[in-house]
Amino acid sequence: MSTPLISLQAASVQFGATAALREVSVAIHRGDRIALVGANGSGKTTLLRLLNGLLRPSAGQRLAGQGAARPVTAMVFQKPFLLHFSVRRNVQLALWLAGVPAQDRVQRLQGALDRVGLGALAERPARALSGGQQQRLAMARAWAVQPDILFLDEPTASLDPSAKREVETLIDEFGRDGMAVVMSSHNLGQVKRLSQRVLFLDGGRLLADLPTDDFFRRPDLPSEAVQFLKGELPWA
Amino acid sequence: MGLNTFPLRLARRALLACALGLAASAQAQTPFIVMASTTSTEQSGLFAHLLPAFKAATGTDVRVVALGTGQALDTGRRGDADIVFVHDQPAEEKFVADGFGLKRLPVMYNDFVLIGPAADPAKVRGSDIAAALQKLGASSTAFISRGDKSGTHAAELRYWKQAGVDLAAAKPAGYKECGCGMGPALNMASSMGAYVLADRGTWLSFKNRADLQVLVQGDARLFNQYGVMVVNPARHPHVKQGLAQGFADWVVSPAGQAVIASYKIGGEQLFFPNANK
Amino acid sequence: MDAFSQSVGLALNLITQADATLWRIVGLSLRVSATACCLGAGLGLLMGAWLAVARFRGHGLVVGALNTLLALPSVVVGLSVYLLLSRSGPLGSWGLLFTPTAMVIAQSVLVVPLIAALSRQLVSDALREGGDELQAMGASRLLAAVLLLAHERVAVFTVLLTAFGRAVAEVGAVMIVGGNIDGVTRVMTTAIALETSKGDLPLAMALGLVLLGVVALINLAVGLTRRASQTPLALGAAS
Repeated sequence: MSTPLISLQAASVQFGATAALREVSVAIHRGDRIALVGANGSGKTTLLRLLNGLLRPSAGQRLAGQGAARPVTAMVFQKPFLLHFSVRRNVQLALWLAGVPAQDRVQRLQGALDRVGLGALAERPARALSGGQQQRLAMARAWAVQPDILFLDEPTASLDPSAKREVETLIDEFGRDGMAVVMSSHNLGQVKRLSQRVLFLDGGRLLADLPTDDFFRRPDLPSEAVQFLKGELPWA
Repeated sequence: MGLNTFPLRLARRALLACALGLAASAQAQTPFIVMASTTSTEQSGLFAHLLPAFKAATGTDVRVVALGTGQALDTGRRGDADIVFVHDQPAEEKFVADGFGLKRLPVMYNDFVLIGPAADPAKVRGSDIAAALQKLGASSTAFISRGDKSGTHAAELRYWKQAGVDLAAAKPAGYKECGCGMGPALNMASSMGAYVLADRGTWLSFKNRADLQVLVQGDARLFNQYGVMVVNPARHPHVKQGLAQGFADWVVSPAGQAVIASYKIGGEQLFFPNANK
Repeated sequence: MDAFSQSVGLALNLITQADATLWRIVGLSLRVSATACCLGAGLGLLMGAWLAVARFRGHGLVVGALNTLLALPSVVVGLSVYLLLSRSGPLGSWGLLFTPTAMVIAQSVLVVPLIAALSRQLVSDALREGGDELQAMGASRLLAAVLLLAHERVAVFTVLLTAFGRAVAEVGAVMIVGGNIDGVTRVMTTAIALETSKGDLPLAMALGLVLLGVVALINLAVGLTRRASQTPLALGAAS
């Protein structure tokens, strides 16, 4: 097994009196395609933010890039925050913030927009785009910085079915291109389609860390997971 | 990020505005002095008549900051003016005695008048100010006092004293202090039908008279003496002594005195030069 | 009502006669207030952005103090700046009292709290919406705050217009530090105060109407340029 890009060792996150995450240990490797599942409030968003370094653990450890360079990460949120500028400027900003040198920015910008199919809309104000287009722009922003890991927090939850398909296709392609993908989702069909490994959270604890097939078929899952699957399946 | 984003365009326009603003305020190199004087003198229009003549004679600008007499003298004490031109002889003499001013030069006088409603309910009409104020003190008709440490206010207090009315002990029934300038005081008197002590200059320029009239004038005590003092450079080394002295010397010279005498409103002379009397 | 219509007539007369003195006074009013808003914006926007992200003990106190300064009377500002710039004061040797520069300084002091308080609120609200995402992209908190100022530039512009309104309409500060010197530091508001104190109320009111008219024209110009710059975007709205 290669060295993990990011790993957590018994990491906990406390918000005031609430324990959002309790002693979670997990490792993300290159090429992983992971789905985070769990009920609302189980800690999926907190875990994503902790993995991405937006939060510090109140206890335990977060290690990134042991020995090698720190991994480049990008994150896509359920509702993308786009600035009141053009599509092009929004991607430019991401490149600039990531410290990409000026001479590479033009190429990467064009490449990113073409990759997600927004090349023709480069000069449009970002906020004038449809929901699906905006999320694709968020994907372009992420792709442009060439991340080692892409984190996604319920990326298609607010989209209509055709937009959902467009974004799922992109996530799938990014994964096949070699990006590690860590995605939280309520949509179990999506989980089956896009992930190879499932992390199940309940009450801030990581109760299962299994290959996707196993998660959906094994009889000896923790009871919370069984209930979760039962509760969710009619909606999948 | 291109240079044409809205915020940058705005910033460029703003910087241009700032540059223009500051450039325009870098005033011409004309030599100037700052003169602290009184609102009543400025509002009489004397300076608009006098100062251009001075500039023509010497090339010096005079920047007048018009305040109440007390404030004007304070400005001189602080060194924020080069020369002081007010009309309160006791206060001026103290100013010099305390070392804030060089010699006090008398320049001119105008006079105060007692203004009141044409009907004159307190029956003060005449030419004796002390008698008039005595009657006012006894009646309950409204009297407006400026109450602002101005030369006019100081004179008013002196006349009450001469009339035997002790304001500290008991103010007359209609006595109202407004803490304001001559114009607002006249406005108040006009709207209330009250009495008020005013300098003739402001009264002649005052347009909002309603039924107010001059009721008492001509009493020698009503004459209002103006004096000019250069601020002492020993106290404030930055004072432009040469230029300021130039104004003081000019205004008491025959040329300056003639300009003062030639200032008229509606054919009436306002100020009477008396520098060398 | 008669006095009012007299004033309107006077105001129109003043404008059509293109009185040179009047326009010099109007020009000075606009220059002083615009310059003060530039300086105030530079300082105030940064302060607002910083306060929106800074975390330190006493942060609440600073914000409370800033909000209190919103009610700072212009006369108090004028007095404070006067005492600073007076020859007997600490900055007396600069010789700035009774000059337009002193007026710019006083009005800057007046508008900085306004701009800072309003932009702090603006940035704070915007951070709630997008602070996480900007942070995820690699921006520090302060950089995110500054980026959000550019993002919310329309709201920022409204804040600056508000500050300009406050500055151009005030009389207490410029009267005290400027001295209302004819031809040097006389601005619209001090001219109005002067005519009022002389008892010439119709003229004072007329000057007030002229001032309002000039500011209305500026707002009109601003509105038109905004609409013009938005047109290409409106045409290119998403399908």
